[in-house]
Amino acid sequence: MAKAPAKTEPSQALDQGLAVGVARLTPEKIESTIRTVLKSETGARLSTYVETCIHCGLCAEACHYYLSHDNDPHYAPVGKVKQTLWEMIKQKGRVTPEFIEKAAIIAHTECNLCKRCAQYCPFGIDIAYLMLVVRRIIHKLGCTPLYIQDTAHSHSVTMNQMWVKGDEWPDTLQWQEEEAQAEFEDLRIPLDVEGAEIMYSVIAPEPKFQAQLIYQAAAIFHAAGVSWTMPSELGWDNSDMAMFTGDNEIMGRIKRAHYDAAIRLKVKRIVMGECGHAFRSVYDVGNRWLGWEMPPIPIVHAIDFYYELLKEGRIKITKKYPTPITLHDPCNVVRGGGLHEKARYVAHTLCESVVEMTPNREHNYCCAAGGGAINCGPPYKQTRISGNRIKAEQLFAAKTRGAQVLIAPCHNCHSGLHDIVHHYGVGLDIKFFGDLIYELMEKPA
Amino acid sequence: MTDSANWDWDSGAKQIPITPWRERFRWVEEPNASPDGERVGAVVNLDEGEFAICINGETGDQVFDKAWHLRFTPSGKWYALVSEMAEWTVVVDGQTWAQNFGYVWNPLTCVSGDHLAVAVQQEMQYGMALDGVLWETTYANATYFALSADGQVTAAAVQVAACDSAEVHKFQEGTFSAAIAGNAWENRFVNVWQPVLSADGSRLAAEVRLNLYDYTIAVDGSPWPQTFTSVWEPSFHPSSGAVVAPVRIKGKWGMAQDGDLIWQPDFVQVWRQVFRPDGGKLAAVVAPKYGRWTLAVDGRAWGTLFRDMVTDVVWSPNGDRLAALGKNGASWHIIVDDKIWQRPFAMAWTPVFSPAGDHVAAKVEIDGHYSIAVDGRLWSGRCEAAWNPVFSPAGDKLLVKTIEEGIYHRRVLPLTEFAD
Repeated sequence: MAKAPAKTEPSQALDQGLAVGVARLTPEKIESTIRTVLKSETGARLSTYVETCIHCGLCAEACHYYLSHDNDPHYAPVGKVKQTLWEMIKQKGRVTPEFIEKAAIIAHTECNLCKRCAQYCPFGIDIAYLMLVVRRIIHKLGCTPLYIQDTAHSHSVTMNQMWVKGDEWPDTLQWQEEEAQAEFEDLRIPLDVEGAEIMYSVIAPEPKFQAQLIYQAAAIFHAAGVSWTMPSELGWDNSDMAMFTGDNEIMGRIKRAHYDAAIRLKVKRIVMGECGHAFRSVYDVGNRWLGWEMPPIPIVHAIDFYYELLKEGRIKITKKYPTPITLHDPCNVVRGGGLHEKARYVAHTLCESVVEMTPNREHNYCCAAGGGAINCGPPYKQTRISGNRIKAEQLFAAKTRGAQVLIAPCHNCHSGLHDIVHHYGVGLDIKFFGDLIYELMEKPA
Repeated sequence: MTDSANWDWDSGAKQIPITPWRERFRWVEEPNASPDGERVGAVVNLDEGEFAICINGETGDQVFDKAWHLRFTPSGKWYALVSEMAEWTVVVDGQTWAQNFGYVWNPLTCVSGDHLAVAVQQEMQYGMALDGVLWETTYANATYFALSADGQVTAAAVQVAACDSAEVHKFQEGTFSAAIAGNAWENRFVNVWQPVLSADGSRLAAEVRLNLYDYTIAVDGSPWPQTFTSVWEPSFHPSSGAVVAPVRIKGKWGMAQDGDLIWQPDFVQVWRQVFRPDGGKLAAVVAPKYGRWTLAVDGRAWGTLFRDMVTDVVWSPNGDRLAALGKNGASWHIIVDDKIWQRPFAMAWTPVFSPAGDHVAAKVEIDGHYSIAVDGRLWSGRCEAAWNPVFSPAGDKLLVKTIEEGIYHRRVLPLTEFAD
C-alpha cells in the first residue's frame, strides 16, 4: 500500500474532555502508561498481530471511512493503526501529547470497531482489537472524549448509560404499563417476578427518551403470552459504553449487575431489545472479562426472539407491511452474532417486499455510529457523516430499487443512520422490527 | 432469625383457593406466601386505577391507585409499595406509613422483620425512609441501599456535590460518599458501591473508586491504604469486625482483609463471600480457571467445577456444612460439601439447612413444575408455584408452601415423605 504520510492538520473538534486531558499529560506519564499497558495488559495476541501484518493494505477497501474519503490511506484500518498503536510501540511510548490527542480522535471517532476489516485481512487480524488497545491507553491517560466519558461515568454511578435514577426506571415502566392498559386491559409489565422464563433488558435511552419502545415490547410479550419480567432495581440496562472507552473495570461491573439481576430473578434466559453494542458486551466482551466463557444466563437478541415468536406462530401477523423495506445488518449482531438470516426471516415474514442492500449480511457497511462513535457526541457528528458517504450511497441504491423504509434493528445504527439519511437527503423512514411487529401483529382483545 | 417455634408444626395440610380470586378481580398478580405459610396474598386489580391487597381472600377497605411489590417480612407481616394521588408510601399489614413521598422503591427488611426501609425520592432529592421516617438530609442522588441486620440503621451511596452531566473532570474529583442514617462521610470518592453495615449498624464499609483507576474499600469513611485495580462488595467478620473484600491485582482476584491479602490473587474471579456463622471460615465463589466455577473455603477451591456459575452460598447454622447452587448449561445443581446431588433441575433456589445441619432442602423446578427436594430426593408434588421450604425447629418436619391447581397448600410433612 502507499505509505500514509503523517496527518498534520489540527483537530476540528472542540472537545473539552480531550483538551483538558491532553493538557495534563507529561512525556513521562505518556511513556510509562503506554509501556505499562503494552507490557501488562497485552500479550501474544498483540504480538502476533503486530508481527503478522505485512502492510498489504487489503483491509483498506473494507473500511467505510476509507471508501467515503476517496480512498484516503489515513482512513484505511492499517493507516489508523500506523498513526496510533504502531507509533506508540515503535517509539516505546515516547510520543507527544499532540500525538495522543490525534490517536484519541482516530481510535474513538474514525473507527467503529465494526470488524469488517478483519474479514478482508488475509491473516484475520482483528484491527478493532488494536483500536481498543489504543482506547485503553487513552483511558489510562485520561484523554477519552468528553461525551462518552460522561456516559461511562453514568454507567459507573447508575449502572445505566443515561443517568436514569433509581425511581425513574420503575416509575417509567409503571407509566408505560398504565398507558398500555388503555389498549390491552390486563397487560402488565411484571416487575421482579422470580422464576419468570425471561428477563427483558433494554438500554437506557428507552426509559429516557423512547418509552414507547418498552410499550411496544410489552404488547408483543403480552400478545405472545410470554412469561417475562423486568428488574425494578439495578441491572436492567444492558448497554455498555465503558467497553468502548477502555474502562474494562467499569465494563465488568455493569455486566455483573446485569447478570446478577437475571440470576436474582431466576430466569431461564435474558431477551434484550434491538441494540447491537449491548449484545457485543453481554454476549462476548463483558461476560468474558468477568471470567464467564459464555453468558451464564443465555442471552437472546430481539432479532432472535422475534424470529422464534414468528416461526413458532406465537405472534400472528394480520397483514404484511405493504411498503418496500430495506434491511440494515448491524455489525455487532451480524458479524458478531450471525443473526443475518434470522433477520431476513423476520423481515420477509413481516413485509411484502424486502430490497437487499449491497453488500449485505456480514459484509454490510457499518452505520458509523457504532463502537461508541455516536456517544462521542456533537463534536464528531460530522466525522461520522462525512465518514460514511458510502453508506448513503448504499442506502440510495436500495431506494432506487424501491425501498422506502429502512429497518435498523439496533439503537446506535438507528441514530447514526438517521443522521446519514438526513444529511445526504436519502429520504428513507427508519424503523425497528418492534415497530413493525407492534403495528402488524394480531392484538389480543 | 425468624422464630419458627410458635408456628403450627402439626403434620397436615391447610388450603386456600386462589382460583376464585381470579373470578373476583380483573387480574391477580403473583401470589406470595408468609414465612409461616398461614397467609397467602397478592396485589389485585379491582378496576381501572384501583388496586388492593388480597390476603387469604380478604381485601379489606384499602384501595390504592397503584400497588406493587407485595412481600412478607421474616416476621410474617405483609407489605407493599402503594400510591395514591401521585404520591407513594408503604403499607405494612394494612397500616399505611403516615408520610407520603415522591416515589419509593427497593424495600429492605431486617433479619427479625420488625423494621422496614425503602429508597425514597422526595422533591427530586434522594434518601431512605426507615419505618416511615425519612432521613433528615437528602441528596441529589442515592444508590445501593442497605439496612443493618438489626434493622436500626440505613445506608446508601449518595451524591454530596453538585455535578452536572458532562462535567467529567469535576466528577473525577469525587462527588460521591456514603451516608449512614442519612449522614454522609466527610470523604468524597469518584464512586461508592455496595455499602455494607456491620450487624449492629455501627460501622459501614463500601467499595470506592479513588480516581478512574484505583479501587479500594472504605470503612467508616477511611479508605484502606492499599489500592487495587478492582474490588467487590465487602463483608464484616461477624465478631472481630474485620472487613474482607475480593480484590483484583494484575488481572487476578484474591481476598483482602483490612487491606492485606488473605487469599493470594490466583483466581480468575472471586465474589459472593460468606463468613461461617462463627466467623471461623470464609467461603466465596471462585473461578480457579477461566470459565470454570466452584467454591473456595479459606482460599482453597473445591474440586467440583461448573461451567456457567456458582451462586447462593449458604453455611449450615452450626457452620459444619456448606451448600450452593451450580449451573452447567440448562441444568442447575445443588452442591453440598463439594458433592453434587445426582438429580439436576431446570432451576433451583437457595438451599435451606435443617437446624442441626444434617438435612438440606430446596425449592426446585423440574419438567415444567415446581417441587421440593430434600437431600437429593424429589418430593412427588408437582406445583404451579412453591416457596422455599422451612425445617421445623427439631428438624424432623418440613413446611412446604405451594399452589397446585389453583389452590394454595400449607403442608407440614415429615422428612420420611422425602424418602426414596
